[in-house]
Amino acid sequence: MTWFARNWEQVAFALYEHVLIALTALAIAAAVSLALGIWAARRPRVFAATLAVTGALYTIPTLAFLALLIPLVGLGKTNVIIAMVAFSLVIMTRNVATGIRDVPADIVEAAKGMGMSARQVLVRVELPLALPVIVAGLRIATVTVISVTTVGAYVNAGGLGTLIFNGIATDHAAKIWTGALTACTLAVAADLALTRLEYTLKRRRTT
Amino acid sequence: MLVEAWMYLAGHPAQFARALGVHVALSVVALSLAAAIAVPAGMYLAHRHGGALAAINAANVGRTLPSLAVLAIAMPLLGTGFLPSLVALTLIALPPVLINTIIGVREIEPDVIDAARGMGMSSREVLRRIELPLAVPVIFAGLRTGAVQVVSGAVLASFIGGGGLGDFITSGIAMMALPLILVGAIPVTLLSIGADALFGALQRHLTPRGLR
Repeated sequence: MTWFARNWEQVAFALYEHVLIALTALAIAAAVSLALGIWAARRPRVFAATLAVTGALYTIPTLAFLALLIPLVGLGKTNVIIAMVAFSLVIMTRNVATGIRDVPADIVEAAKGMGMSARQVLVRVELPLALPVIVAGLRIATVTVISVTTVGAYVNAGGLGTLIFNGIATDHAAKIWTGALTACTLAVAADLALTRLEYTLKRRRTT
Repeated sequence: MLVEAWMYLAGHPAQFARALGVHVALSVVALSLAAAIAVPAGMYLAHRHGGALAAINAANVGRTLPSLAVLAIAMPLLGTGFLPSLVALTLIALPPVLINTIIGVREIEPDVIDAARGMGMSSREVLRRIELPLAVPVIFAGLRTGAVQVVSGAVLASFIGGGGLGDFITSGIAMMALPLILVGAIPVTLLSIGADALFGALQRHLTPRGLR
């Protein structure tokens, strides 16, 4: 605790860096996956391919993935951001496509019958109804990204992992505890907040 | 670069075999321990409404914790080496198995259980002959998630001296020796994909014929 009290600025900076890297990756992934998901939703073969890639990519161990990127992009933030965009892209694309596919066909028919254009159906019917599933994807991606960022410190990306690795290297228990617990708190808080958002959206949809 | 990686591998067969052995041992033992704890606990908790809910909530929190954080915390508590890594990896594998066991048992139609009781089965028989077989597909889905997490997590065990294939990756990064990185990264990726495929196949194979 005394170490934390004396070094809280260092912890705050690591946390700031961690959140910044995670948000950058999520923002890129969210924009791309929304477009990709909408495109894949109506194409069964593209959708099947997305599911296959999601499955395969998700089984690659984080550190192995980061290490395999070193020959291509070297060390640093770019490396970690590419890895995280890849991970979260497939998760979110899958959920955007699944969410749109799960919208009942008769609702889409009714919207078309009311004279809506394909674009209006998408923006005013399909996407709002798919929102809870999309947010669920965002939640899984966020937790994954926070976890990957901790490991990313090993390839010099910064963030809370820096405290953990410094702590391990110098056998400094307080640093390890601070880094690890802050990362855990961040992951749990993000998960809870997005779960709550998901529930709110689901409830609103049924009433 | 691939050739260099292969040359390294061919030049150090014993070192590679040892790292692979440690990696597999860590993964298999951690997953087995997690299954031995979470499956019976899940079957027990599934019938207790409050307990099941509390366990699922706790496991959901456990599941979001970064693997590296869990492994790192093991160090100040238990020290470095194989055993602390094993404890941490077991903890990492527990949540998915526990959640899936509880959900697998709870999703069984109450009618099926009633019919079994009506046929005169004791609770023990219901558990062994009805609930366990019917929950197997969901339990194995949990074991599959757990297996992939443990194989991935075991790479990070290298940081707390747990050994395994992560050692090649970490020393490769430290020395900026790309072939050495590949010696660790490629086999561990194959191992992870293999574990995923193995549990997928087991899940299909062990699903009772009536459910397929």
